Amino acid sequence: MQRVVIIGAGQAGCSAAFALRKRGFDGEIILLGEETDPPYQRPPLSKAYLLGDMERARLYLKPPGAYTDAGIDLRTGCDAIAIDAQQMRVDTAQGPLTADAIILATGSKPIRLPEAVTGGLAGIHYVRDLADIDAIRTAIPDCKNAVIIGGGYIGLEAAAVTTKIGLNATVVEMAPRILQRVASRETSDAMRALHAHHGVTILENVGLALFLGDGSVKSAVLADGTELPCDLAIVGVGIRPDIALAQAAGLRIENGIWTDARGQTSAPGIWAVGDCASFPHTGAPLRLESVPHAIDHAETVAANVLGARTDYTARPWFWSDQFDVKLQIAGLNTGYDQVVTRPGGKPWSRSHWYFAAGRLVAVDALNAPRDYMSGKRWIEAGQTPDRKRLADPAADLKTLV
Amino acid sequence: MKITWTLQDGRTHTAEVANGTNMMEAAVANDITGVVGECGGSLSCATCHVYVADDWVGKTGEPEDFEDAMLDATEAERKDNSRLSCQIVADDSLDGLHLIVPAL
Repeated sequence: MQRVVIIGAGQAGCSAAFALRKRGFDGEIILLGEETDPPYQRPPLSKAYLLGDMERARLYLKPPGAYTDAGIDLRTGCDAIAIDAQQMRVDTAQGPLTADAIILATGSKPIRLPEAVTGGLAGIHYVRDLADIDAIRTAIPDCKNAVIIGGGYIGLEAAAVTTKIGLNATVVEMAPRILQRVASRETSDAMRALHAHHGVTILENVGLALFLGDGSVKSAVLADGTELPCDLAIVGVGIRPDIALAQAAGLRIENGIWTDARGQTSAPGIWAVGDCASFPHTGAPLRLESVPHAIDHAETVAANVLGARTDYTARPWFWSDQFDVKLQIAGLNTGYDQVVTRPGGKPWSRSHWYFAAGRLVAVDALNAPRDYMSGKRWIEAGQTPDRKRLADPAADLKTLV
Repeated sequence: MKITWTLQDGRTHTAEVANGTNMMEAAVANDITGVVGECGGSLSCATCHVYVADDWVGKTGEPEDFEDAMLDATEAERKDNSRLSCQIVADDSLDGLHLIVPAL
């Protein structure tokens, strides 16, 4: 194998490039990124970076010289336009590249509101790329009223940051409760209380009808007719895997780019890692949108590109920072039928434990790092703590399994 | 300032680190196997757990409550000199700091 072309220079693509090198691959590694910045961390974008607490250079995953030092040919601002799976060729804005292996690390893109809703107005923002956040930061000093569409983690983080900066923030959630898609009623209730305490207005069970304005947004009209003043709109209604190149190349698509347990797509020699990949997990296809997954998946798939035959085992975990709460989540709560609450001793501190048919599958820990760490280990080991004692904050976690 | 890691295979790696950089960032920049930093230094993951060499323990300070709690259930055994790298920030007083990466 002489040349590996990686399409996408986010966390997964960057991790894959360094993993190949670390595993002794001495051929050419070309890492294509459509953005102009070198690979950077996305999680701080909606947190410390938006708040202005983190310098741009600190977002970068590696210092500038690291790519040259590792012999990784990082090409920023270089879009891949098409893939020819038979010829193993990637067409880029700067010409074609042949490859012995292609790794798709195309990530995902935010779901955008239709023009009928946005009216093409300025001042309506998304939260995905560095450029998105730079645009929000530039706009903020002239804004008073932020309306955030979508009460998922991105929307709630944006609400927390804009409130901290001094804007009036309102979250509009179409579903009956915030975080409905990803968390239990107990976690939704706790996060709602936290936001209310800090002055965020949360509106649930009501959708956005459209934005009104004059060149730039002035108000948000909701489905029930309410009109909210709005000079900064932030939309966080989910993301979709970026499958365009793979689909056009004829690769199998199944809620993302289909891969086998080793990360290979339906085309031999073409692999997929991170957000964009749909891989088998306990018998069903799964896609994960998280940094830890991007890193771990890239490590395993890079090894397989070089000839290992390792199945990927996901160990899902997530985190979110909102006001003075750190939320840490381990496992996947899919299919849960019971939630056990373990109260904590500190402000906002508590944990919610998800059980499916009596088995522990996930935990949401709010300012409860011991609960999170214990829960993560139990879930990964397939252990289930005693539910009754779990709910007793006096019971020592170390004695529960 | 200079920092030295004892790696998982027993070899050492020494690098120049700018003041203000935390030890997780420094490790990632230097591709130190075993120090991952999945959460980017937001004190959420404990994947940057290291041991501080004995002669440096007093100088790096004690972990705060949240870090202490995270260290309580790390993958590698917790020891008296366990710290999360992201919570140790380079300054002149730490020139020559020696950290040990937990073995697998």
